[in-house]
Amino acid sequence: MFKIQNLHAGVEGKDILKGVNLEINPGEVHAIMGPNGSGKSTLGHIIAGKDGYEVTEGTMDFKDKDLLDLGPDERAHLGIFLAFQYPVEIPGVNTTYFLKSAVNEVRKARGLAELDAVEFLKFIKEKAALLELPGDFLKRALNVGFSGGEKKRNEIFQMAVLEPTFAVLDETDSGLDIDALKVVSNGVNQVKSPERSQLVITHYQRLLDYIVPDFVHVLYDGRIIRSGGKELALELEERGYDWVIESAAQPV
Amino acid sequence: MTSEVMGEAKFEVDPRQEIFDQLDGRHLGPKWMVPIRKSAVARFADAGFPTTKDEDWRFTNVSAIKELDFKPLYEGGDLGELSSVRDRSLLRSVDTCRLVFVDGVFSKELSDEPASIEGVYVADLRSAFDSDPLYLQEHITRYSQSDQNAFTALNTAYFSDGAVIKISRNVAVGQIIHLIFASTGKETGATTHPRNLVTVESGASVTMVEEYLSLGGGAVTLTNAISEFVVGENAYVEHVKIQDEADNSYHVAGIYAQLERSSRFRSHSLALGAKLSRNNIRTKLDGEGLECVLNGLYITKGDQVADHHMIVDHAKPHCDSHEYFNGILDGQSRGVFHGRILVRQQAQKTDAKQTNKNLLLSDDATANTKPQLEIYADDVKCTHGATIGQMDEAAIFYLRARGIPHVVARRMLMHAFAGEIIDRIESEPLREQLDQVVWDRLEK
Repeated sequence: MFKIQNLHAGVEGKDILKGVNLEINPGEVHAIMGPNGSGKSTLGHIIAGKDGYEVTEGTMDFKDKDLLDLGPDERAHLGIFLAFQYPVEIPGVNTTYFLKSAVNEVRKARGLAELDAVEFLKFIKEKAALLELPGDFLKRALNVGFSGGEKKRNEIFQMAVLEPTFAVLDETDSGLDIDALKVVSNGVNQVKSPERSQLVITHYQRLLDYIVPDFVHVLYDGRIIRSGGKELALELEERGYDWVIESAAQPV
Repeated sequence: MTSEVMGEAKFEVDPRQEIFDQLDGRHLGPKWMVPIRKSAVARFADAGFPTTKDEDWRFTNVSAIKELDFKPLYEGGDLGELSSVRDRSLLRSVDTCRLVFVDGVFSKELSDEPASIEGVYVADLRSAFDSDPLYLQEHITRYSQSDQNAFTALNTAYFSDGAVIKISRNVAVGQIIHLIFASTGKETGATTHPRNLVTVESGASVTMVEEYLSLGGGAVTLTNAISEFVVGENAYVEHVKIQDEADNSYHVAGIYAQLERSSRFRSHSLALGAKLSRNNIRTKLDGEGLECVLNGLYITKGDQVADHHMIVDHAKPHCDSHEYFNGILDGQSRGVFHGRILVRQQAQKTDAKQTNKNLLLSDDATANTKPQLEIYADDVKCTHGATIGQMDEAAIFYLRARGIPHVVARRMLMHAFAGEIIDRIESEPLREQLDQVVWDRLEK
């Protein structure tokens, strides 16, 4: 469903990704871990289509379409979603209005009729309750004045509303206490289905107790240097990254 | 060659002075107006048109207006083709009581008959001169007179029509009073001098709109308008000025407001049209505990210039004044904000705020902003801030990542920025309609 081959990318001549290979099938949950500066967030941004990165080599396909040719909005229409590490505050844009525009743009792109206002409101209120978001937040400007935890919950709420086929969660757990983490994970797990896949980028094994991955990858210096099952995350938690990095550096 | 010589001769004495000498009683109005007009012409002769060396006109060059032919209009436009005036209004879908002026002259045919409400007097100036001369003598030109401004002086010398709105004590006017000034644009240099007077007695309230538009004749014209307001004790006035004239025209307007104790005056300015527009807003906070809000939005493109110049005069204690102006500037256009707050010695506990934000959509657009504080009291709160920035690319990416196309994302952000201003309009039908107007404009 989603496939990256030998992806090289960077910013202003500086290489960040140096040959990433990754394949994700329907229903799978993959986790990407790795030390700071290894390229995790860059990978998330490039999947979502953020401007400013230069892809110098390799391919990225989703449902047999070349993603690199598409803008971020077109990728979203195909069913790609990025939960931002740092969600942007947008003053003056009401949360409900924003969501309605997003949902209807996605529906329009897929040839579906727009939702009517009453239906839509009922639908998003259910989803908001799932994420335990405060009652007034739908009326507030998007992310403005939200706490760090509220912003992260809002990301997962949007994911629950947009129901993407492939979601990238960029350090959604950073800055969350255990209770908030449970709420967020619960939201993520509700969206799970045999057709939907997730790529979870995280620093901490803790999240993976709640969102259980099928595969864990270690990204280091722009490459995936080790892949394994969920037990790899536990091992990383216990032993750190050094042993993986060292064993990757050894000649085969 | 002859014409060249004549041209030079013509500019020794400004035509605006020469033409004045040819005016007769028909143009000058009642006898008591004559000395007022003469002194205004003298003031104009004395001051001359401002140049960019004048601090108050530093960013706005009016030499093109000076060079423009000067043809003051005293006759209304041909009504045969003008039935569409009301449809041209940006507020056509809003239920208002319309007074329509074509080329500066009141058109009874195109106007609504104001509902006859006890304590509400709404009329065109020419009729008011006949029916209520004492009232006009007491008020008209009184609040604008102190301004040493060439355009104000010219208006006083040449005005011949406009609206007179008088609201008696404790009367709350339910209807929106809507003045439409339509320019036919048939003759180069055609100049109108609308003159409005709005007096609202204590405890009364009114919402009124001044709308300036062009009918597409294409000639370069000048509108030089003045509105004077007296807002009595505890009275409330919401004033919305919409300027949407043709993009080759010139528009200068003065708003003079005398504000009494515990009153509330909210004046909104929406500047969309004209090649060059300048609003001079002068408010005198002349009673304790009143609130004055000046709120404006300018959206320009091409080589437009939109200039707002405010002087807020805090003369008494415990008054709040807030100025909020946002500009969305595209092409090579320019937005100018110049806000001066004067806090006199006795105006303790003044709370004065000034904010000017500019969104530049192109590399060639310019914003000039000059907040200015002049404070003689020692226990006051005055703040000012200005920002000039471009579209927030991080916000655009965020919206796009949710499936919102690039153009829509840009428009949403611009609309949000404009909404900061539009949302301050208290009248719901006006707010909703102008929100729609702005949204539609941003699409283009």
